[in-house]
Amino acid sequence: MQTNVLAAGGGWWKYAAPNLFYPLAGKMIPWFAAAATALCALGLYIGFFVAPTDATQGESYRIIFIHVPSAWMSMFLYVVMAFWAAVGLALNTRLSSMMATAIAPTGAIMTFIALWSGALWGRPTWGTYWVWDARLTSELILLFLYLGFMALQAAIDDPRRADKAGAVLAIVGVVNVPIIYFSVKWWNTLHQGASVSLSKAPTMAATMLTGMLVMALGFWMYSIAISLARVRAIILERERRSDWIKELAGNA
Amino acid sequence: MLRTLAAVVRRDLLLAFRQRADVANTLLFFVVVVTMVPLGVGAEPNLLRSIAPGVVWVAALLAAILSLNRLFAADFADGTLEQMLISAEPLPLIVLGKTAAHWLVTGVPVTAIAVVLGIMFDLGVGETATLMASLALGTPVLSLIGAVGAALTLGLRGGGVLVSLLVLPLYVPVLILGAGSVEAVAAGLGGGPYLLLLGALALFAIVLTPWAVSAALRISVE
Repeated sequence: MQTNVLAAGGGWWKYAAPNLFYPLAGKMIPWFAAAATALCALGLYIGFFVAPTDATQGESYRIIFIHVPSAWMSMFLYVVMAFWAAVGLALNTRLSSMMATAIAPTGAIMTFIALWSGALWGRPTWGTYWVWDARLTSELILLFLYLGFMALQAAIDDPRRADKAGAVLAIVGVVNVPIIYFSVKWWNTLHQGASVSLSKAPTMAATMLTGMLVMALGFWMYSIAISLARVRAIILERERRSDWIKELAGNA
Repeated sequence: MLRTLAAVVRRDLLLAFRQRADVANTLLFFVVVVTMVPLGVGAEPNLLRSIAPGVVWVAALLAAILSLNRLFAADFADGTLEQMLISAEPLPLIVLGKTAAHWLVTGVPVTAIAVVLGIMFDLGVGETATLMASLALGTPVLSLIGAVGAALTLGLRGGGVLVSLLVLPLYVPVLILGAGSVEAVAAGLGGGPYLLLLGALALFAIVLTPWAVSAALRISVE
């Protein structure tokens, strides 16, 4: 069925073929990178020069312009990664699995940034770098899940087996993440409640929220750009014996 | 269906019985790890009483992880696993049977020996009973989730360390609920809700993990 779709041509499905996606990704990367740079510059400007000083936390609250977007992205990217891994497993599309592999390091970095910036914020606010609070702990466990996914794929030499094994692990992880989150939440909670919620008015100044959302968009664009760059490298590595890469190398 | 399940359980139990030392080693490891803790933190009874649930549960997690390679490795090495994969019987059922046998030779002894550990850590009767109940409900989940990790890392170099890296984060809810139930009883709150949640987790794992394990086995063996 899939070959029929591909044979029909013209549709965007054809970009599931690595040799067609490679140049497309190359064209997309500068746009996403430019958007990421512009949005982050704007977000940081709002965050540091426009947003008012917080009444209780002083200037140190400004770390949320890094902290919250990276925490959002860390969770979002895990779902995206599991999604592409599952698509790769279900439809046997190589590119989807490569995309999952490409997203994992960015997700891990985002998780790490969220933990690190949270520690730096916690010191002046809570008086300690680390507490065994529910959100911190589940974020740390999320980091372990990312690292486990990467370690499993690194341990398997056959790329197709690595893709599929990683997919099963990512799916099991995605089912587990809510359970882990709630169990850790029952275990201990000190973190301030979520300041942004879809169902009630946010408890922060509008400029703060704008800065944070702009930064989140910037981080999102960055994640797309860097994942595309990484997937291009993975395509080159895996397809190095194919003709189109030889042609590409010959032209360059 | 039930006959297949019973046959698989019986076969794995028989194999485990023929290699009694392996089974005993897991249990011994569990007891030795728990024994090390008072030597490390001191013998103050109040302190030991408060950390006992966590210590016993962490040791149970480690014992489960260490015993995981027994699940599929031997069958993989002698080709039995391939026969299971191509057999007409549903693979998730075979997997369920194998994990049930694994639980019977690791989870059940660990649960039983916990009564001795409860005495050693000066736990009350209620706490010890809750500890055993939580282990009885939680160790099947350890075997089931562990089976996913064991199937994924089948035949890989450094499989033992890798499997703990994959599986331990997924064990977090069991650890929290298991140790939490005993702490709740010690605090006079009653461990009922924790045990109910552990039971829910066990049912959830029984329904879903055999499919994940089957998928992982097919990936690893193909």
